[in-house]
Order: sequence, then structure tokens, then C-alpha cells
Amino acid sequence: MPDKELNLKSKISQKCFHCGMECNGKIESNDKYFCCNGCKNAYETLENKNLCNYYKLEQHPGNIPKQYNFNKFRFLENKEIASKLCSYEDENTATLTLYIPSIHCTSCIWLLENLQKINPGVLLSRLNFNEKKLFVKINKHFISTKQLFELLYSLGYEPVIEKSEENKTSSETKKLYYKIGIAGFCFGNIMLLSFPEYLSSSGLENIYKEFFGYLNILFAIPLLYCASGYFISSYKGLKNKNINIDVPIALGISIVFLRSLYEILSGTGAGYYDSFSGLILFLLVGKLLQTKTYDSLNFERNYKSYFPLAVTLIEGGREKIIPLEKLKKGDRITVKNNEIIPADSILFKGNANIDYSFVTGESIPAEKVLGEIIYAGGKQLGSSIELEVIRDVSQSYLTQLWNNEAFNKTEKSKLSNFADFIGKNFTIGVFAIVFLTALYWFPINFDRGLSAIIAVLIVACPCAFAISIPFAFGNSMKIFGRNKFYIKNINVIERLADIDKIVFDKTGTITCSNESEVKFIGRELSLEEKYLVNSLSKNSTHPYSRIISNSLPCSLSSKEEYNSDQYKEYTGKGIAGIINCKLIKLGSEEFVYNSLVRSDLPDFVSSLELEISDLIDETEGYEHLQKHKNSNVFLSINTEILGYFEIKNKYKNHLPEVIDELKTNYSLAVLSGDNNAEKQNLKTLFGHEPDILFNQSAQNKLNYIKEMQSKDIKCLMIGDGLNDAGALKQSNVGISVVDNINSFSPSCDGILESEKLQKLPAILSFAKKNLTILKMAFTFSLLYNAAGMYFAISGQLSPLVAAILMPVSSISVVLFATLSTNFFAKKYKLI
Amino acid sequence: MSVIFVLIFFSVLVAAGFLIAFIWSVKSGQYNDRYTPSVRMLFEDSSEEELNKKLYNKKETSV
Repeated sequence: MPDKELNLKSKISQKCFHCGMECNGKIESNDKYFCCNGCKNAYETLENKNLCNYYKLEQHPGNIPKQYNFNKFRFLENKEIASKLCSYEDENTATLTLYIPSIHCTSCIWLLENLQKINPGVLLSRLNFNEKKLFVKINKHFISTKQLFELLYSLGYEPVIEKSEENKTSSETKKLYYKIGIAGFCFGNIMLLSFPEYLSSSGLENIYKEFFGYLNILFAIPLLYCASGYFISSYKGLKNKNINIDVPIALGISIVFLRSLYEILSGTGAGYYDSFSGLILFLLVGKLLQTKTYDSLNFERNYKSYFPLAVTLIEGGREKIIPLEKLKKGDRITVKNNEIIPADSILFKGNANIDYSFVTGESIPAEKVLGEIIYAGGKQLGSSIELEVIRDVSQSYLTQLWNNEAFNKTEKSKLSNFADFIGKNFTIGVFAIVFLTALYWFPINFDRGLSAIIAVLIVACPCAFAISIPFAFGNSMKIFGRNKFYIKNINVIERLADIDKIVFDKTGTITCSNESEVKFIGRELSLEEKYLVNSLSKNSTHPYSRIISNSLPCSLSSKEEYNSDQYKEYTGKGIAGIINCKLIKLGSEEFVYNSLVRSDLPDFVSSLELEISDLIDETEGYEHLQKHKNSNVFLSINTEILGYFEIKNKYKNHLPEVIDELKTNYSLAVLSGDNNAEKQNLKTLFGHEPDILFNQSAQNKLNYIKEMQSKDIKCLMIGDGLNDAGALKQSNVGISVVDNINSFSPSCDGILESEKLQKLPAILSFAKKNLTILKMAFTFSLLYNAAGMYFAISGQLSPLVAAILMPVSSISVVLFATLSTNFFAKKYKLI
Repeated sequence: MSVIFVLIFFSVLVAAGFLIAFIWSVKSGQYNDRYTPSVRMLFEDSSEEELNKKLYNKKETSV
């Protein structure tokens, strides 16, 4: 039986049946093992509905579900918000298009398209795998939007609500498909009609010649529509007094068209429509390669997509959910665990422990006391808090940053395009040649001179070069994508090749954001002591305690034994508790040393009725743990001080090698929003030369980049959080480093998966080589142009010569560009 | 030789037919998603039970 086989397998490998994570075999259902209750629930839902095909299509297809928190979708109870998500809605049905980042395999497609089997309220579900979008039609009487979200969430497919849904790109590509279709049709027919001309040695009978010529004109007219992009772009360029690469192309295309039209109508020749159509088809195919988009990625996110969609308002003692836009100054709101603070506000009630890591880069959550201002963008960790809003959402500190001019700058201005540079000089060169040709021919033979000039303009069209750009860069973009480095468009490659300085953000970029290195310095701890410390630190909300707790083993076998119900936390100092008749203290140096108040401790410990607070004199003021430069946490058990835990940022793997490699070619800098505790480590890592700056606000970072740019230093900014957003945008190239490419990233030019940071030197070298390849391709196409120019100037450019020369030059340059990018990608181990 | 005119007329007609078919396919969204349909067609419409039956049958016959 197939089921038994599967069971056996999961038993041996001890992998979660649902998601494939290692598991200890404690949680089981139907002889299948799961790593967590989330996976088990998801499995049971599917099992109940006979949907276990899910597990047959792929092994362990499930997503690792996050902590179950159904309150998450409570905001959908608000009708206004719920209906905003629907693309169509009437009394009975509603249709929604949901973005689900966790879609990843065949099983996902199968399950999500079979949603109606789980809940009959779903009428239809269709998935677009590449865009990771699910189109659902629901019957509102059976399932609400909120229930639909919860259903998907419980299956491990959490929908993410994107605020700015723009589907501009897809209509652009559609247009391009149309154009390619039409161009292909015209090209095929024109070639068919032109062949007799090539083959017949004595020339065609006149009647056919005329007929074929007129048909060619007919087929050439739609091609003008296909090439319209080049005319528009060159017109725009000329209007801005800027000669771009499209100008000579548009010029060449129109000259060929008119010259051929004249030749056919006047009966003087066969025209050049064959090369004309081939050229346009090539250009369009190149464009298609260039428009490679990462549909499921978003490069243009701003703070709004980071903020929550709705907030919980407290009105007359009752909670009410309202859309974010309706939030006003003076409103009282409640923020639950892991929710984002939507607006600058004052803490009114509860223990605020705000994680600002995404906003300021400070990796340690900040504790706030009642009455303190909490800035928007922080994330509350721990129990719910009540806040009073003091500034509108649009005026918060974060939003202010976004209104910085760096964000309003147009994209084009920072492009110093090699192609456009060529376009300019090329056009000037062509006109010089035209002028010289005219000077030579006009005194001898005016008519021949005129046709020579036109031939020069035809041949001069830098189409081979124009085609090589999308082929070379499009190919590189694909290679980058394979290395989990996704760039917005091909222009980024060129800018990447031009970089002088690399600026790193620290937290989350070069350090692991959710991992720290914990080292215990002092006497070695026994296993039992480790259990004790773990049991105590688990109870604390302080981030350091959590880090320590995570680093220690917890006793699985006898949980009860190490339960500590007798503990007390001293804000900013430490935690003390009695477990197994032992007094354990964990905290700052002063806290641990000074508070061993009474020498006859063991007696106290044995009498458990005693309140722990008696042991420690609270009146003594101790320095706040967080203000400690060295992140050391001291430990004592009973009266013995055992030593301290040293907590350090953990740097990403291979970071030293990456830095060493980059050091030789680029100047480096580190801008950290954090305190300077890591200064020494960074210095040894980066050497003495680079700027290492601490306590940098988002504005500071932006200013630093600006300052460098004013000195004509081109910066590559590598960051991850909102606090880098300004700098990422301002820099010549901004790359955001993320753990999961679908998670939030501020607007940037490229997204790099954090585990691939080690590929950075290779990526940069490869980008540089790309520019070299382009220059070589340009030289090639220039040689072809020169050869054609010889025929043109001497007045003997026949349609046949043009029809051979143009495709040959294009194809050879394309081949060269593609093969050489592949060669260098292999050399740098990118493929 | 005037048959060539007729031939060309028909060849263009056929080609135009394909062009229209292509444009229609783009318009109807066939190029919007070039991956999912290729997977979707492999799924069986049959329910889990039937699938299991089939699998058992296969097993039994093979043994």
C-alpha cells in the first residue's frame, strides 16, 4: 500500500510529513510525524477532505507555517477593507486576486486549485504560478473574505496584501508580443516575395517584379507600427536635446523605408524591404529578451506597503477596526504582539518593547516607559499596548524621510548610458561621412551621389550594436537570476560595472539579523545548570534573555522539574528566580554582584515561601543593560558567580573572504544604525581604511551617499531595512539583501538573497566584463558598418548586399554577445 | 504562370489566418502565464478515492 510506504519513509528520516523539516517524532497523526502543530493541522484539514494527493505530487510540499495567530486577519471584518480587496463584488459572489509568496511547487498549484473541495464556498480558484497570484471566486454566503484568508493561512499559504497593484508591465509585454507576431508575419512574406529577385540571374519578368514590389510595400507598412517604439524614443530624446541610440536606428529605418518606396514606385529597383523587415524583427526579439521581468518581485515598494492595512481603535472602551487612512491625531489605539506601530504616538498602557530594527537598524528592541513617544514603523514584541496617536500617518518620522527629494528623482537622470553615448557620437560620425561623400560625388555625378548618401545612411544604422545590448545584458540578467540576484532592468548592469565604492549597512546585511553568537566565559556549565538558566531566561522578555535561552538546550524529558514559577524581572537589570531550590540570577554585572545581599543565602533558598524581591534591594540604581557597551550578561547560581554570556553579532558566512576580495578593487564603508559595540570586530574585518560609522539615522545614510556623489564617487549601497531606503534610492545602485526574496524590501535596483552575499565579488566582476563584452560587440558591428560603408560610398550597395550584410552582422554579434557572457559566467562560477 | 497570383493570394490568406490566431491568443491571455497550464493539464480530475483505486490496481497487477 502506498500510504504505508510513505509512513515508513518518514519514520526513518524523521522528517515532517508536511514540510520536510527535521522533527523529533513527538507530534503524530495517522502514523505520520510532524514538526509542529501547524503542520499537523494543515495535514488533518487535507486528510479530512481527501486531498492527500497534495503529498503525492511532491515530497514534503508544505510550507513551514508561522505561529498561528488568527487575530491577524481580524481587520477583514471591516467591510470597507474587505471589499477593497475584491476586484468584483455583487450580492452573492466576490472575486479576489491574492498574492501568495509562499507558492513554490506543483503541489501548491494542485491544492490551491482544489480549494473548492475544502470549502464549498469557493466557486473557482485559478493560480498564476509565475506571478504567485491566486484568482478566487467565492460565494459570500458560505465563506467570507476573512474566512478565505484564514483558510489559506491555515494551509500555510498566507496571502500578502499589496497596496499598489499596478499591472503596467504585462500590457507592455502584450504589446510587444503583438508587434513580434506582426513583424514575423511581414518578414516571412517579404522574404518569400524577395527570393525570386535573388535567384533569377536575368531579372524577373516586369509584371511579377511590379506585383511583388507592391505587395512588399503593403507588408512593410505594418512594420512601421512595429518599429514605432524607436521613433517615439528618438523623438523624445531629440526633444530633450539628447541624441540616444534610437536616433540613428530610427533614421536608418525611415531612410530604408522611403528609399525602397521610391525605388519600387518608380520602377528603378527592388527596394530593401527584406533587410528592413529582418532588422525590425531582430530588434523586437532583442527587446523581448530585455523585458525579462520578475513578476512576483516588487522593486518599487515604499513605506506604505510596510504599514498595516487597518488599526484597532479603542472607542468608548471597545475595540473597533478601522482602515489606516481613517486614523486621526488623538485616537487611542491598541497594538498587539508583532504588530507595527502605524503612527507616531505616546505609550498609554502596557509594556512596550519595540523592535526598530527595520527602521533604524538598531538590532536590540527598545523598552519604552509610559508617556514616551513611540515612532511609527516599530514592531511591538510581547503583550498588547495602548497608544495615543500624536501625529497623522502622513506626518510621521518615517513618512517624512520618504518625502525626501531622493525619492522624487526621476529614474532616467542617473543613467549615463554607454549606448546613448555611442548613439550621440555615432550619429555625428555618420553625418560627417555623409558630408564627405556628398563633397566627393556631387561634382562628378549628382544622382549617383544622392543614392550613395542614402546608402550610407542605410548602412550606418547601428542595429547590430543595438541588438547586442539586449542579448548580452538580457542573458546576464538571467544568469544573475539563477544566482538569486534579481535586478530591476538591464540598465542596472551597466551602472553596476561603474561602481567605485561599496557602502554596507550592518544589521541584517552583513550580520545575521535573527542569530547572535553567544559565548559563555567563565566556569564551564554543567548540563543541569544550562537547563536551569534556560528555564529562567525563557521567562524574561528582554531580548538578551531570549538570545541566551535560544542558545541553551532545554530539558525535554522532565519539563516540570525545571519549571520556575518563582521569578522576578527587574527592568533594565536582570532576572532572578528560584528553580529546584537554587537561586539563579542573570543580568548586568552590578545586578549579579551587588545583589547577593545576604550571605546566608542557602537558607533563604530552601524556604521557598520567601518572596524573591526580598533578596534584592531594588533601590540601588544600576546601569541599564542596553546601555552597556559590551553586551555581557552575568550569571550566578546561589552565591557563586559563574561567569558571563558574551553576546556578539554573528556575521554572515564567508564574509571575511568577500570583504577581502572587494577590498582590492573598491573602497568600502559601513554605515550602521547600531551602537558602536562592534567597532573592533568591524575594524579587523574591513581593515583600517574604510569609513565605519555608527548610530547612523536614515537621513545620515542618505547624506553620506550624497556627499560621496558630490565628490564624483559612484556608490553601491547594500542594505536591507527601511532605514537604508533613502540611501538605496540615492545611490547609483541600491541592492537590498533579503532572507526571502518575497519578503518586504525597500525600493531598490536589485534584490539579492542574503545567502548569496558571498557571490557579490563575482557579480561585480561579471558586470564589469559585461561592459567589456558590449564594447567588443560594438567594435564588431562597427567593422561591419565600415564594410557596408565601402559599398555605400562607392555607390554599389545593391539590395542583395544589404540583405546579406545586415542579418549576418546582427546574428554574428548576437552570437558573440551570448556566448561570451556565458563564458565569463562560467569563469566566475555563476553558472 | 498567372496561377502565381492566385497562389500568393492564398498563401497570404493562410498566413494572415495564423497571424489573427496568434493575436487572438495573446489577447485572450494565453501568454500571461506560460507555466501553470503546463502543470495543470497533468492533474487528474478524478477524486482521491478513484486515484487510490487506480494505484492499488496497478500495485496488484504488478505483483
